[in-house]
Amino acid sequence: MAFLQIAEPGQSTAPHEHRLAAGIDLGTTNSLVATVRSGVAETLPDEQGRHLLPSVVRYTPQGVIVGEAARAAAAEDPHNIIASVKRLIGRGIEDVKTLADRLPYEFVDTDSAVPRIRTVAGDVSPVEVSAEILKVLARRAEATLGGPLSGVVITVPAYFDDAQRQATKDAAKLAGLHVFRLLNEPTAAAVAYGLDRGAEGVHAIYDLGGGTFDISILRLNKGVFEVLATGGDSALGGDDFDRAIAEWMLEQAGIGREASPGLLRGLMDKARAAKEALSEQESVEIEVARPDGSRWAGQLDRDTFNQLVDPLIRKTITACRRALRDAGVRPEDIEDVVMVGGSTRALRVREKVGEFFGTEPLVDIDPDKVVAIGAALQADVLAGNKPEDEMLLLDVIPLSLGIETMGGLVEKIIPRNTTIPVARAQEFTTFKDGQTAMAIHVVQGERELVADNRSLARFELRGIPPMVAGAARIRVTFSVDADGLLHVEAEELSQGVKASVEVKPSYGLTDEEIAGMLKESIEHAGEDMVARALAEQRVEAARVIEALQAALAADGDELLDDAERQRIEQVLASLRRSAETATDADAIKRAIEELEKTCEFYVERRMNSNIRKVMAGHKVDEFE
Amino acid sequence: MAITLSDTAAERVRRFLDNRGSGIGVRLGVKTSGCSGMAYVMEFVDELNEDDVVFEDKGVKVIVDQKSLVYLDGTELDYAKEGLNEGFVFNNPNVKDQCGCGESFTV
Repeated sequence: MAFLQIAEPGQSTAPHEHRLAAGIDLGTTNSLVATVRSGVAETLPDEQGRHLLPSVVRYTPQGVIVGEAARAAAAEDPHNIIASVKRLIGRGIEDVKTLADRLPYEFVDTDSAVPRIRTVAGDVSPVEVSAEILKVLARRAEATLGGPLSGVVITVPAYFDDAQRQATKDAAKLAGLHVFRLLNEPTAAAVAYGLDRGAEGVHAIYDLGGGTFDISILRLNKGVFEVLATGGDSALGGDDFDRAIAEWMLEQAGIGREASPGLLRGLMDKARAAKEALSEQESVEIEVARPDGSRWAGQLDRDTFNQLVDPLIRKTITACRRALRDAGVRPEDIEDVVMVGGSTRALRVREKVGEFFGTEPLVDIDPDKVVAIGAALQADVLAGNKPEDEMLLLDVIPLSLGIETMGGLVEKIIPRNTTIPVARAQEFTTFKDGQTAMAIHVVQGERELVADNRSLARFELRGIPPMVAGAARIRVTFSVDADGLLHVEAEELSQGVKASVEVKPSYGLTDEEIAGMLKESIEHAGEDMVARALAEQRVEAARVIEALQAALAADGDELLDDAERQRIEQVLASLRRSAETATDADAIKRAIEELEKTCEFYVERRMNSNIRKVMAGHKVDEFE
Repeated sequence: MAITLSDTAAERVRRFLDNRGSGIGVRLGVKTSGCSGMAYVMEFVDELNEDDVVFEDKGVKVIVDQKSLVYLDGTELDYAKEGLNEGFVFNNPNVKDQCGCGESFTV
């Protein structure tokens, strides 16, 4: 049976050609899938009505189990149950080693750069584990929507580097999914609240989950979210709140270090329940059974709770302050604060965050679901279910892209913060007479000299027809697709010969490295301009020398007497010296001017002689 | 001539319109395509066309163009659930035959 949904005006699809799309929040602890139906974005529950899918995968000889059933068995089969795989995805063996001590898995010793975990069902990589989670979510979406997904949007933390993003995409491919786009989690949360349709401004996304805290400062500019700064604490979350309450209970009940792991686990559950209840009521009754069988009963009120969690909340506020400083904005510049993650349900968190930013935080959308909902809205647009003008552009190029020109200088073709997809072309020419090939060196960065930037790729354009220097026209086109993949093509326009290369511009660069490169470019702006001017004059000097030598070889003997020739050779030598040794652009410039002045009479003679040659054998009136 | 809505369908359409924040009502229509000849169309309506006929049932405006009305007259729009999947269903008395999935039909 087919069920119909209401489409936007004019956006109805033909039967069996529905553009079904879903947004996936692939989380460390839990994952969610959401979709837009009849204009409403909602997370999708499984058959038991559960929206959250624990991001836990269990490998057994019989097959793979994902979710609640896998998590429930964690204690009995720790080696074959993989949780928090998001902490491993896209990381190299070296990174994982530092984490491995805290993880119960057995890592396989291999030469490959990707860590593998040994399970009863064979060795698996983090990409494969993530793919299992994605498969379950995709199946749920397809069952709910009644057809195959045309594509998905998957969210990733803003601080994920390129390898982690690529690995996430690989996991989706392995799960048989087409990824429209990866979306930053804070951006997805902002989209869920419709901040992308609002005025330009700076927003803060406060994400306090079970075990991690992230703060992101985003700027909306012409419909594009730019991540100004990220920060947080990968080991701070709601679980720490529970632990603080559990410790208070131990103290109140007078239980010392003799508490058994079972008792502690029970206390953690009680603490969680108390924390959740305190969002609704002023105080909760708690009863604890001591190891000796006696009982302690007491009350936890909001004031006490606040005292327990305030030090933890203060830590998050410190991280917020640091992120604001990195972004170069003040708390009062923040327009909206979006609350993400289950722990932001605690009233004290909302109160303190609101106090710090001086604005009431946005809490209307379920903080566990808000990221998935934003991803679903974005997926709906990318699947083509919205009119063109509502198309969202959400990604920008983090660092400028350009090519090397003569003298080791960078010509920027696409400046940083340009929204993608984008294509830009620029024409270049040959430097020497008869030049038939051109080396194209693709670089990335903000500095003026190639040596200070990052080299991305080199290729050669061959088969340029021989022409005088400066006559050939070579068009170099840079295009960056929606996934950030850069394609560079060089084409000689008279013959149409082409060469091209494809690169991943941000490959292996972390946010810190990008930030570092930007900072350097600002710090060195002054000296960079000096260096650029010097390099430009050197190139100009080389061009002048080249041209003069060519002229002397062609007709120097014929048009110049010995004394004249000697004088010209002299200034030529002095320019050459100056170009090689001078550290001052003006000195080279003066030497070039000197040479041009000295050679003026020679240039004039050459012109006359050329005209005579052309006109020889013709009458003057033929040229009128 | 009339088009009606079941209680659940009316409630859903109202909810979806509220959520969208704009729109007059919902357009029901048919277009020629699909595996059995005709296919249903369901869209939000922001403005009326000249040949549109407007019905009102249970507080919901249903907009149908005159050509589609020939094939849809007497239809009751319902909202149904089957497993995880849910959505609108056309109970159309004019249909003689439909493709296996019910997305397209012949009259």
